[in-house]
Amino acid sequence: MDTKITLSGLTLDNPIIPASGTFGFGREFAAFYDLDILGSFCLKGTTREPRYGNPLPRIAECPSGMLNAVGLQNPGVDAVIEQELPEVAKIFRKPVIANISGFSIDEYAEVAAKFDACAQVGILEINISCPNVHAGGMAFGTDPKSAFEVTQAVKKVTRKPVYMKLSPNTADIARVAKACEDAGADGISLINTLLGMRLDLRKRRPLLANVTGGLSGPAVFPIAVRMVCQVARAVRVPIIGMGGVSCARDVIELMMAGATAVEVGAANLRDPYACPKIIEALPGVMREYQIEKLSDIIGCAVKE
Amino acid sequence: MPKSVLYTVETRKKLTHDTYELNLSGDTSAITKPGQFVNILLDGLFLRRPLSVCDWDDGTLRLIFKVVGDGTRQLAKVRPGDTLDTLTGLGNGYTLTGRAPILIGGGVGIPPMYALAKAYLRKCVLPRIFLGFRSPDDAFYIDEFRELGCETAAAYGSTLVTDLIRDRQPAYDHYCACGPEPMLKAVAKMCRGVGELSFEARMGCGFGACVGCTCRTLTGNKRICVEGPVMRSDEIDWEAL
Ligand SMILES: Cc1cc2nc3c(=O)[nH]c(=O)nc-3n(C[C@H](O)[C@H](O)[C@H](O)COP(=O)(O)OP(=O)(O)OC[C@H]3O[C@@H](n4cnc5c(N)ncnc54)[C@H](O)[C@@H]3O)c2cc1C
Ligand SMILES: Cc1cc2nc3c(=O)[nH]c(=O)nc-3n(C[C@H](O)[C@H](O)[C@H](O)COP(=O)(O)O)c2cc1C
Ligand code: FES
Repeated sequence: MDTKITLSGLTLDNPIIPASGTFGFGREFAAFYDLDILGSFCLKGTTREPRYGNPLPRIAECPSGMLNAVGLQNPGVDAVIEQELPEVAKIFRKPVIANISGFSIDEYAEVAAKFDACAQVGILEINISCPNVHAGGMAFGTDPKSAFEVTQAVKKVTRKPVYMKLSPNTADIARVAKACEDAGADGISLINTLLGMRLDLRKRRPLLANVTGGLSGPAVFPIAVRMVCQVARAVRVPIIGMGGVSCARDVIELMMAGATAVEVGAANLRDPYACPKIIEALPGVMREYQIEKLSDIIGCAVKE
Repeated sequence: MPKSVLYTVETRKKLTHDTYELNLSGDTSAITKPGQFVNILLDGLFLRRPLSVCDWDDGTLRLIFKVVGDGTRQLAKVRPGDTLDTLTGLGNGYTLTGRAPILIGGGVGIPPMYALAKAYLRKCVLPRIFLGFRSPDDAFYIDEFRELGCETAAAYGSTLVTDLIRDRQPAYDHYCACGPEPMLKAVAKMCRGVGELSFEARMGCGFGACVGCTCRTLTGNKRICVEGPVMRSDEIDWEAL
């Protein structure tokens, strides 16, 4: 059984990557298991300045999923590089994926340039799809022209592979993906959360202080499959697929739809052992579907 | 250090019209301090439900909860022998400061006060207990606290625990409180010195990964599930809550 996959020259032991914002900087999970079993992991979304994020409540339960409106809480890029990365090195020996957010094209480029100098970082994932901040964020990821501009600006300042993380909250995700590829993106990550909202019936008010939040979890899985497939048909660069993945079968499904690797998000919050369970189950599920080599199935279901 | 444990339900007891006590058996080694909580996975629900540790010893755990929604409704129906997928040993807990503490609990903020009272007693410190309930029909555990040997007073309805404390004028050198936020605020405003208050937040994970529960304090951002739920009264920024 061969579970290895390659993302822009970086070979991972398996395609399982905890998604940004659901894994912190790994510490909490290192208390539960040895992180080196993971393919890689994605750091918490990082901005130039430290951010508190949105007021509480930031979390709401949903049918088969959750809303979050964390709003990119993070200690800022300098603290991430000086304080968090050395700690990460103690618990994870493989390259990590840095996840970058910004409120202007300059900010994306500046943060990317700083991560470019970190040997530990294998890939830059550029989040142009956060629905929980009121300027920037998702605005860059719903319009092909600004997605092109962010990609170009980031590519200029780094030699590391650049993966653009796209929002599902757009009419034509394939066009946005194509714009990123045209601007030199090395890969595409998708999907970020879908814009949602819940009410507190007793208070007759929105449940989240931010009013809206991003939906993730199994509820969004079919949307992720559809969008990965649409993007796989539109671009030639590798895709990191995510959205609602909770078991090894979901991993196979997203890969058949066109993903080279798979991120696991909300499932980690519900069950800290979600990723080790998926990795453990993978060979059995591969056997079940007569898959010898995992990389053979990438996009097999959507080739025209 | 948090731990994932499959607990077995031993007994379920109805305490009031909407409040239940569960006794569970299983590994409790991750629980080290009163005021910590557990986070329980339930069928058909995505997020776990946080509940305070009410009491524990080697191999048994007691929880008390009020039915307020789908999760607690499901929990009220568990039977002996059922298992509960639980993250345990979460949060910081109380510090067991003081030689003459008062413990103040409101509604479902009362359960952690029971483990706290027992922990003080083990240190040969006798705490005084002040409990607040919506009505006499909602009252529970008054006798259990008295059986521990603690002087216990209860307030109901429009009489608040703070009124009770003002009336009784207890001598104290430390206070610990858990309950609804307005109660915590009133307690912090009235009580002398620095106390410990336990807060609630909607949680995505309960073990520090999602920062879904982070509040601002005067000493920086704190995750209620890791650096809390117990916080010092002098670090709370009441405006920012
Ligand atoms: C650290 C901590 C300790 C707690 N200890 C106790 C206890 O000992 N006994 C007890 O009865 N209750 C306690 N609570 C409150 C308890 O977690 C909620 O009443 C419970 O989660 C409600 O779930 P539900 O599905 O019945 O309600 P729903 O309203 O259907 O829940 C929907 C979502 O909101 C969350 N939620 C709803 N109310 C609260 C709340 N007050 N605090 C946090 N999240 C909430 C739920 O967890 C769930 O994710 C505690 C909360 C926290 C944070
Ligand atoms: C609590 C939480 C925080 C998140 N924070 C970020 C973030 O900082 N940057 C980012 O690119 N995506 C963030 N996401 C989105 C996830 O990385 C992922 O794209 C999304 O949740 C879909 O996957 P899932 O359904 O497996 O959770 C966050 C998601 C959650 C639930
Ligand atoms: S609930 Fe996830 S960090 Fe506190």
